[in-house]
Amino acid sequence: MSEMVSVFLFGKKYDVPSGLTIMTAMEYAGYRLVRGCGCRNGFCGACATIYRVEGDRELKFCLACQKTVEDKMYVATLPFFPLLKEIYDIEKIGPTEQIMMQLYPEIYKCVGCNACTKACSQELRVMQYIAFAQRGEYEKCAEESFDCVMCGICSSRCPAGISHPQVGLLARRLTGKYIRPESAHLKDRVEEILGGNYDKLIEDFMGKPADELKELYNNRDIEA
Amino acid sequence: MYTPEMLESIKKVEATREARMGAELRRMTADEKEKLLNEFHPDYKQEGFTTLKIGPNKGDKAPVELADILQARSWVEKLNIDLGIVDYDVDVLVIGGGGSGASAAIEAHENGANVMLVTKLRMGDANTMMAEGGIQAADKSNDSPMTHYLDAYGGGHFKAQPDLLRKLVMDGPIAIKWLEKFGVLFDKEKDGTMITTHGGGTSRKRMHAAADYSGAEIMRVLRDEVFNRKIPLVDFTAALELLLDDEGNAAGAILENMETGEHFVARAKAVIIATGGAGRMHYQGFPTSNHYGATADGLVLGYRAGAKLLYQYTLQYHPTGVAYPPQIFGALVTEKVRSVGALLVNVDGEAFMHPLETRDVSAASVIRECGVRGKGVATPSGGRGVWLDSPIIEMIHGPGTIEKRIPGMMRMFGKYDIDIRRVPMLIYPTLHYQNGGLQITVDGRTTNVKNLYVAGEAVGGIHGENRLMGNSLLDIIVFGRNAGLNASKAVEGADKPKGLNIEHVRRFMKEAEDAGIKADAVSPKLFPAYARVGR
Ligand SMILES: Cc1cc2nc3c(=O)[nH]c(=O)nc-3n(C[C@H](O)[C@H](O)[C@H](O)COP(=O)(O)OP(=O)(O)OC[C@H]3O[C@@H](n4cnc5c(N)ncnc54)[C@H](O)[C@@H]3O)c2cc1C
Ligand code: FES
Repeated sequence: MSEMVSVFLFGKKYDVPSGLTIMTAMEYAGYRLVRGCGCRNGFCGACATIYRVEGDRELKFCLACQKTVEDKMYVATLPFFPLLKEIYDIEKIGPTEQIMMQLYPEIYKCVGCNACTKACSQELRVMQYIAFAQRGEYEKCAEESFDCVMCGICSSRCPAGISHPQVGLLARRLTGKYIRPESAHLKDRVEEILGGNYDKLIEDFMGKPADELKELYNNRDIEA
Repeated sequence: MYTPEMLESIKKVEATREARMGAELRRMTADEKEKLLNEFHPDYKQEGFTTLKIGPNKGDKAPVELADILQARSWVEKLNIDLGIVDYDVDVLVIGGGGSGASAAIEAHENGANVMLVTKLRMGDANTMMAEGGIQAADKSNDSPMTHYLDAYGGGHFKAQPDLLRKLVMDGPIAIKWLEKFGVLFDKEKDGTMITTHGGGTSRKRMHAAADYSGAEIMRVLRDEVFNRKIPLVDFTAALELLLDDEGNAAGAILENMETGEHFVARAKAVIIATGGAGRMHYQGFPTSNHYGATADGLVLGYRAGAKLLYQYTLQYHPTGVAYPPQIFGALVTEKVRSVGALLVNVDGEAFMHPLETRDVSAASVIRECGVRGKGVATPSGGRGVWLDSPIIEMIHGPGTIEKRIPGMMRMFGKYDIDIRRVPMLIYPTLHYQNGGLQITVDGRTTNVKNLYVAGEAVGGIHGENRLMGNSLLDIIVFGRNAGLNASKAVEGADKPKGLNIEHVRRFMKEAEDAGIKADAVSPKLFPAYARVGR
C-alpha cells in the first residue's frame, strides 16, 4: 500500500501512495477541494475526470472519487460541463413523441458515434437510451438511464451537443408520473388520512401509558 | 482483491452458507440489547463526550468534536462587513441544497414566497443524494400510521418528540404521493402497487425504494423541480453566521463564496436551516458515509443565535460501512442488502446475530464481534470487519436479484474486482447520521428564535435517540415542506427586517471568554481538512 506512483494533476507531477483514489491523491498533493467533490462516493457526479495513462493511446473517463490512481496517469478534472436544461412544467407536458422534439431536438442529430457510451462513468448504454428517447420509448429510456449521476462526461464527448443526462431525467420523470400506473393503495391511504380517519386513532394510540407502548413495541408481530 | 487471510475466512463462510439458508435467527431480548449498547455503542463511551460550557445547552453533554466547534471562534469576528448593504433581499432564505432544502424551497415557492436557496457545494451534493435503501410510509393495507409510529418510537428508545413523530407518520403517505406526482420512479409492480421491504426495526414492509438509488432519484427530481420553478439558487456559497434583526429574530445570513472568498449579506424575513448532518466531523475517529459538506454547520449557526439543541449526544453509526477495500473505507453498504436477505457472518462463518436488528444494536454487535470476541477479519490497515454475506441473496431469491435490487452495491465493489454475487463484503460500522440537532416545534420553527426554521438532518427530536432506515428521507420531505410552508405563511405581508446585526455572535464570544474558553478553531467548519499539506 505504501508503494508510490506518479500522477500528473493538470500536468504537474506528484508522487502519491498507490492505493489512493484520484480524489484522495489530489488531497494528498495538497489540494483543498471546493469544486469537483460532493458525495465522495459515486452518487453525485461532481467529480467527472478525464485521464490518459502514459503508453496507452486511449483517453479514459471516470469519477475521481471512484478511481484508483495508476502510475503515469495524466489527470484533468471536469467539475462543470454546460449541459442544457430546458424549463418545463411537469403538470403541463406528457409522454408524447413531440415532447423530446420540443425540448431536446438535438437528440435527433445523434450521429451514432457511441462516444457517449464509451465515456460513461457509470457504464450505461447512453447512446441506446438516447435512441429510446428519439423513438418516444420513455420507459425504456428511463430504465436504461436510471443509474445516471449526471456527471456530464457523455455530453462533453458528443459531436451533436446532446445533453444526455437531462434527456434521461425528463424520460424518467415522464415515466414515473405518466407511464407507470399510479399506486392505488397509496392514493387510498392519502384520502383516508386527509379525510381524518386516523386522527382519533393516532391520538388514542399516542395517549397510551408509556409502559403499555413499551409492552406493545416489545411484542410486535413482525410481517414475514 | 481480497487478502489471503480474507480468502481463507471466505472459505468458512461458504462452508456454512447452505446450513444458514433456512435457519431462523433469534432476535435479542430488550435486556440483551440494553446491555450490548451500554458496553459497545460509541454513544455510551464517556471519553467521546464533554459538557457544553456555554450557550443554550450549557451543562449538557455533547460529542467532544461538536463541543469544540460549537464553542469555537466565528468567521465573522474578523470580517469587516457593512450590514447596511444588502446583496440579497428575500422573504425566505433556505440554507442547504439537499432534499430538505429543496422541499422547503419548492413549498415556499408554491405558497407564493420570494424564496432563495444557498448551498455550499452544488445543489444536490448532499447526503440526500447518497441514500440508497429507501423511504418509509405506512400506505399498505396491513399497515397504519400507528404501527409506523410504534416502530419509530420504540426504535428511537421512546425518546422521539411525540408531536413531531406523529406528523412524520401521518404525513408519510402524503409525502410519497407528492414525490410520485413529480415523477419519482418508485419500484412498483405492474399494477402500480409499491414494492416495499423491511428495514431494520420495521414490523411492516413499508420501505419504498427506487432500486438502490432512492435518495438520488428523489434528489434529481426535486432539483429539477427547483430549476423548473426558477427558484434563485446560489451555489458554492456557505452561510457563515445568521443575522438577527433589532428584535432578536432571525433575519438572514452572512454568506461566503467558497471559491473567491467574497462575502455577501442576505436579508430574509425567515430563515430555514437545512444544512444536514455531521459525518465529516469524524466523531471518535470513525470513518463516515456522508458527503463532503456534512460538518454540522447549521447546528453552530443556530446555537450561536440562541436555538436549543436536542439529543446532540446521539449519533448513528451504520452497522455496515465498508471495511475493505481502502478506497471506499467508510462508504455505506445499504441496509437493503440485509433487507433482501444477506447475513452478518464472522471470521469463522457463523451468523452471529439477526441481520435486521435496529442500527445501534447491530453496530454495537459488530463492534463486539470484532473487539472482545475476537471474531473479526483483519484488514491490511490494522482495522477489522465482519462479512456481509451477499451470495446467499441469490440462493434465496434466484440469480439476477443482486443486479436488479442492489445494482449500486454491485458496481461499487465491482470497481475493485469484488463480485458480491460470488463473494461477501467486509464491513464495519461507519458514522452515518446525526440523530440530534436543533429543536423544533411541530410547525418547523426553533423553539426560541422567531423566524428561524429547521428541516432535515439538522433537526433533533423527530426520531428520538436512534433513527430507523427510511425515516430520514421521509422526514426531509415532510418537515422540509412543512418548514417551507410555515415560514412563508408566517412572513406573508411582513415588513423587511430592520437593524440587521450580529450582536448574538459578539455576546456568544463574550460568554466564551468569561467561561475561560480559549479556542483556536473557527467554525462552522464548512469542509473537513483533508489536504495533507498546503496553505
Ligand atoms: C450514504 C447514505 C445513505 C443513506 N440512506 C438512507 C436511506 O436509505 N433512507 C433514509 O431515510 N435515509 C438515508 N440516509 C439519510 C438521509 O439521506 C439524510 O439524513 C437526509 O437525506 C438528509 O437530508 P438533508 O436535506 O437534511 O441534508 P443533506 O441532504 O445533507 O443536505 C444538506 C445540504 O446543506 C449544505 N450545507 C451544509 N452546510 C452549509 C452551509 N454552512 N451553508 C450552505 N449550505 C450548507 C450541504 O452541502 C448540503 O447540500 C442516508 C444517508 C447517507 C449519507
Ligand atoms: S464526489 Fe460524488 S460522484 Fe464523486
